[in-house]
Amino acid sequence: MANFSVKVNGKTVDLEVDGSTPMLWVLRDHLKLVGTKYGCGIAQCGACTVHLGDNAVRSCQLPISSVGEKEITTIEGLSENGDHPVQKAWLEIDVPQCGYCQAGQIMTASALLKSNPSPSDDEIEGAMNGNICRCGTYTRIKKAIKTAAAENTNA
Amino acid sequence: MSIIKTKVGRRSFLKNSALAGGGMMLGFSWLASCKLSPEEVNELPKEWFKINGFLKIADNGQVTILSPNPEGGQNVKTSMPMIVAEELDVVWKDVIVEQAPLDTDAFTFQYLGGSQAIRRGWEGLRMAGASARILLITAAAEAWQVPIEEITTEGGVIFHNSSKKSAGYGEMASAAAKIKVPEEVQLKEIGDFKIIGTSQKNVDGQKIVTGKPLFGIDTHRDGMLIAMIVHPPAFGLKIESIDDSEARTMPGIKDIFKIKVFNDDYEKAFFDTRTFNEVAVIVGNSTWEVMNAKKVLQIACGPIESATETRDRFGRKWEEHTPAGLESTADHYAQMEAMSAKKGEVRRRDGDPETAFKRAVKIIEATYTAPFLAHNCMEPMNFFADVTSEKAALIGPLQKPELTEQTLSARLGMPIENIDIQMTRLGGGYGRRSYAHWLVEAALISQKMNAPVKLVYTREDDMTDGIYRPAYQAKYRAGLDADNNLIAFHVKTGGIPQSPLHQDRFPAGAVDNYLAEDWTIDTNLTVGSFRAPSSNFMACAEQSFLDEVAEAAGKDPIDFRLALLDRAITDPQGKTNDYDPQRYAGVLKLVREKSNWGKEPSGMSRGVSAYFCHNSYAAQVLDMVIKDGKPTVQKVTCAIDCGLVVNPDAATNLAEGGIVDGIGNALYGELTFVDGVPQKSNFDKYRMIRMKEAPKEIDIHFVESDIDPTGLGEPTFPPIFAAVANALYGATGKRHYHQPFLKDTSTLTS
Ligand code: FES
Ligand code: FES
Repeated sequence: MANFSVKVNGKTVDLEVDGSTPMLWVLRDHLKLVGTKYGCGIAQCGACTVHLGDNAVRSCQLPISSVGEKEITTIEGLSENGDHPVQKAWLEIDVPQCGYCQAGQIMTASALLKSNPSPSDDEIEGAMNGNICRCGTYTRIKKAIKTAAAENTNA
Repeated sequence: MSIIKTKVGRRSFLKNSALAGGGMMLGFSWLASCKLSPEEVNELPKEWFKINGFLKIADNGQVTILSPNPEGGQNVKTSMPMIVAEELDVVWKDVIVEQAPLDTDAFTFQYLGGSQAIRRGWEGLRMAGASARILLITAAAEAWQVPIEEITTEGGVIFHNSSKKSAGYGEMASAAAKIKVPEEVQLKEIGDFKIIGTSQKNVDGQKIVTGKPLFGIDTHRDGMLIAMIVHPPAFGLKIESIDDSEARTMPGIKDIFKIKVFNDDYEKAFFDTRTFNEVAVIVGNSTWEVMNAKKVLQIACGPIESATETRDRFGRKWEEHTPAGLESTADHYAQMEAMSAKKGEVRRRDGDPETAFKRAVKIIEATYTAPFLAHNCMEPMNFFADVTSEKAALIGPLQKPELTEQTLSARLGMPIENIDIQMTRLGGGYGRRSYAHWLVEAALISQKMNAPVKLVYTREDDMTDGIYRPAYQAKYRAGLDADNNLIAFHVKTGGIPQSPLHQDRFPAGAVDNYLAEDWTIDTNLTVGSFRAPSSNFMACAEQSFLDEVAEAAGKDPIDFRLALLDRAITDPQGKTNDYDPQRYAGVLKLVREKSNWGKEPSGMSRGVSAYFCHNSYAAQVLDMVIKDGKPTVQKVTCAIDCGLVVNPDAATNLAEGGIVDGIGNALYGELTFVDGVPQKSNFDKYRMIRMKEAPKEIDIHFVESDIDPTGLGEPTFPPIFAAVANALYGATGKRHYHQPFLKDTSTLTS
């Protein structure tokens, strides 16, 4: 057990956990931010995706001891009122089925658009390939990313 | 205008229990949480009146509709309340939707499975809305002293035109709640629908995209502990002892013990399947701590003995035989081959198939196989339980709450009234969450710990302690005469441990000489429902085979199928054929038109497939190209006849999902076993379809229909396997008989 101080969604939180604890479980168990999901625990499904700085990372592979000063953003902190362009596009296209994978999908997609505001189909597929959706919403996810990208460029 | 009775069987369908007088008080925060944003809640109602099990109306006119069935992505939480709202005659955007609890008094069939929610709920949902509307009108007629026939409604407002009186539903709700439900109610004409047939967004959409706690695994209660299981590493083994000397000392660990899920003398019901009846349990403060202890807990296992137990399928008993031993996939395929060489159980014989095969000038034969599949719901199995000596509170995702409640009641020896099951959104179900042994496990752990507990399966537990899709084999034979007419058809199929045969499905009824037989092989692997059970294999085998037969007959694959269906329409063979050949042909014709059949884009290989299951019809054309040796699905065109479509865009989403999921399972889905050990335990080895492999475009078309709606969660899934196989044939020149078609990411198997 050790004391850590991490920045999550703009707030600094102090907590005492084992340094090996993945941020996924810090978020879910300790901070009660359960929007970030557990799917595989081995960086294969993307359900646990959060932003570390501007990058999409798999929080199941991110021990709290390695976070340091970097800012973590979760789905709960992506926007104040749930109106990030990606969230809005997700609603407009009505992407989710069961919805379980969608927070991870949205976090990966929003990081992609930050670094590449108008990605090609290939670039979208490349960035999103690590996020599994058993319900099979991939065609809608792609459409929603394009919708959000279009809004970005129009805005 | 259809008039229906409000009594269904012995149940009086709608009790207005609001006789208790005043409504319930619900705080602002609850109401705000139901709407997209708090600003939309302009006025806080003072009182709610429960009109029937499905709906409450507040004094200010706000309407809350309870969605009775579990939601796992089929969008029933939006579609079912839409049906109620339609008959109630309110404006959809003014409706708040809430998940109903398990309540066997108020609702029937609170299941998720078999694509049945809308089909079986249809009349009841309409009745709930229509009868509430009648009560409101009756209240108004009494208040205004006018004849009830002169009253009309629109958008939640009651009108009496000649006296120019009007009132919102909220004003009449209190009086309406005290009126007796009439014995009959009138339903709307389909042509008058304003909500049904329009696309409405997922009512939980905003919560999903903002990460609100909707799923069972998100449950948290003060003082809650985390529990995980440790099970034998192989099917055919059982735990003999546990060595927890190290695990017990690890930080955050509270207790380690064994539980027995079902007692020895318990007669298991249909959904009570449990492989490892005894599992070790680790309970601790947090997930990570329990996961770490799980890595060091030692269990010693020994072989199971073979057993025969009587099980109960809704009153019908059957003997289930579980052999001892450690099973392997290689042996399974050899066993299936050996079984198929023996005489099967004849399920249907029309005409004289043996003689007809002797007469045939051409005989086409093929063998198809499919492996065990894991469900791989993205939300691993989990459940919350808080069990005391008096009562049990359970929260989580499950598909058959009513049946599970009975099982739990028997296991705890606790009356059903003392058990409360709250249903959360399911992070996928596909059949796996019908087998709710984990709910019983969670309850037993909570009871032992005397504390609230959340049981969570790791992904590895979820995959290796599964209730799998059975492995199957089918052998087909078709005989053609000199004019290339199909004169004889023979299917012999079976599975481990279930037969997938539907002997009365197409092409039964379309061939003079028809023979269907089957067999089964016992196993100690546990199996159960998996998205479109048995159809998910038969569609692939049958529709691949018909393609091969059409080719041998020198006919276009769609024309060939349509000619057979025409035969089933004009001169059906046999006594019972459980499909409607007109509707079957209808989807094939529609997909032919929409896909521009016969004019495929150059360089593209096309496969067609059509199937009937779960009361709906689906036909698909799949366009494929091979890029860098890998098949790429460019487009899928799909025609569906599922009766009236309640929520078209949501239905389209679900249909697309079935197609994507089916392509993934056809190309990659497989779980193999060596000496009882599942050879894959996580997504590094178990290939799931990913975005790159999904179709670039999916084009869904619904047949316009007034027929009562049927299911959609399943019907697009089975046929797509064969559309893939048939397109692969065009693309590679090789028929694909054995699933999965791609053993790994790059190699095409034959
Ligand atoms: S849970 Fe982290 S990638 Fe799957
Ligand atoms: S929406 Fe269900 S797993 Fe993606």
